[in-house]
Amino acid sequence: MDGPVSPAPGIWRAPELSLRFWPVFLRNLLVWRKLAIPSLVGNIAEPLMWLVAFGYGMGALVGQVQLGETRVPYILFLASGSICMSAMNAASFEALYSAFSRMHVQKTWDGIMNAPVSLDDVVLAEMLWAAFKALFTVTAILGVMLALGISHSPKLLLAWPVLLGVGITFSCLALIFNALAKGYDFFTYYFTLFLTPMMFLSGVFFPREQLPGVVHAISDWLPLTNAVELVRPLFLDQWPAQAWRHGLVLLAYTVAAFWVALALTRKRFRG
Amino acid sequence: MATPILSVQGLSKRYGSNAVVNDVSFAIEPGECLGVIGPNGAGKTTTIRMCLGLTAPDAGRITYSLAGHSTAETLQMPQDALAIKARLGVVSQFDTLDPDFSCAENLLVYGRYFRMKDGAIRARIPQLLEFAALSHKAKVKPGELSGGMRRRLSLARALVNDPQLLLLDEPTTGLDPQARHLMWERLQLLLQQGKSILLTTHFMDEAERLCTRLLVLDHGRKIAEGTPRNLIEQYLEPDVVEVYGVGALALADSALKALAARVEVSGETVFFYTPDAQPLLQALAAQPQLRTLHRPANLEDLFLKLTGRQIREDG
Repeated sequence: MDGPVSPAPGIWRAPELSLRFWPVFLRNLLVWRKLAIPSLVGNIAEPLMWLVAFGYGMGALVGQVQLGETRVPYILFLASGSICMSAMNAASFEALYSAFSRMHVQKTWDGIMNAPVSLDDVVLAEMLWAAFKALFTVTAILGVMLALGISHSPKLLLAWPVLLGVGITFSCLALIFNALAKGYDFFTYYFTLFLTPMMFLSGVFFPREQLPGVVHAISDWLPLTNAVELVRPLFLDQWPAQAWRHGLVLLAYTVAAFWVALALTRKRFRG
Repeated sequence: MATPILSVQGLSKRYGSNAVVNDVSFAIEPGECLGVIGPNGAGKTTTIRMCLGLTAPDAGRITYSLAGHSTAETLQMPQDALAIKARLGVVSQFDTLDPDFSCAENLLVYGRYFRMKDGAIRARIPQLLEFAALSHKAKVKPGELSGGMRRRLSLARALVNDPQLLLLDEPTTGLDPQARHLMWERLQLLLQQGKSILLTTHFMDEAERLCTRLLVLDHGRKIAEGTPRNLIEQYLEPDVVEVYGVGALALADSALKALAARVEVSGETVFFYTPDAQPLLQALAAQPQLRTLHRPANLEDLFLKLTGRQIREDG
């Protein structure tokens, strides 16, 4: 009877997800509802400043940008790229700083796991929550863009769920670094070494045709590039070329990143 | 004898070459309060974490027998972790309350993790707050509460699902005496209601007051088990005479030694353990410069005898 128990399950086993994630998601929503308005201001003020400063300022110098066959106003070019960047940043901030607070500083996760909720479901809830925050931010910015008359493409309705997907991809990626972090300082590396270079290499601010060959080839495989390639045509009332390819790249990043993030988080909590 | 509500057999956990928990077995009968005592690093918290499925044991079985909807079900940790936790109440060593929520919201949000309906939780909140003596603080956030209030809120939160068994890891550490007494009163109330409790503690008066039985752990091993009274009778002489003051240390090697069954020195104090203190006290009366304290042997003496007096800092 007292023989050795079966060996501890490995950290790389398949995710075991259930609807038990929902009250955890709801918890984050309830906290956020108390702080939504100041949080909204913070979330959309910066992207709008970029848009105004670069879009109208630089736009006056640049004029139009050649995009395939068509020439588009710089502000439209920038808006369609920077909205992807906003989704990326909003999801990343939430899945890094805020998730780390709950996981490590407040020990909220430990409390939750004393109830019948597994770590896998907690990680799923945090991932979806960060994606929801991204969607919320993006919705607010889209509203402002519509009001400014930057684009009136009906295909923007489709850009909305795509941007939720972009939020999901980046929240999965960020959760990997959340699992590895010893403190908030660690996240600076993620932003300066990963997200900031990607901002400049993914065609948000200028067409990727300007990039040297090797860098361009690398840029093809960056998640933000694939997000921009999907979203920008929708702003121009066009269908994205090779949508399935960009979608698959994002999906591959999402699945791989979630799996890795979950494994590393399991390792962190395995004590 | 009834089926134990929790039965642990041959539980072991190693970290590298360090056996943190080493072949520990124990059981909790329904309605019982089992106390786990031991110095820092004895394996108390690791044992609780394994009972919660948070740490995977290297060997051993953890079986719960918790009443289900109709009959008692036998459940194994870690396979049935979620089904077990649905019927457990847990207070961990450090508070994990949500700082952004009021006391009432903390209870509501926690109840949802048990798949309870909002209406059912809301109906329970007033009595839970009253139990925690926090009715007047329903809308206050944990950051504005005292340490004792926060611990009581943690206890109330652990009761949201009306559990049969509570696992409490050092529930009164860091509290002032008033707050500790109130906590003890509440735990006694729960025992009277028929709940079972597994409790780890550093406080021997807490163990003596609350626990039906005690488990003494040291270096990951179980070194003694029994009711507080039986343990004291089994391991100790009934009387203790403590002597301190100028020249006290010299007594440890004097003729007085023959009047005691056992003599111990700690710091500036000499402890005489004896079945009959009278001859010793009469002899000591000849040295009025010494201060003496005559008292019955207690759990603290037992604890120090079993685990030694050296400081453990590897918490």
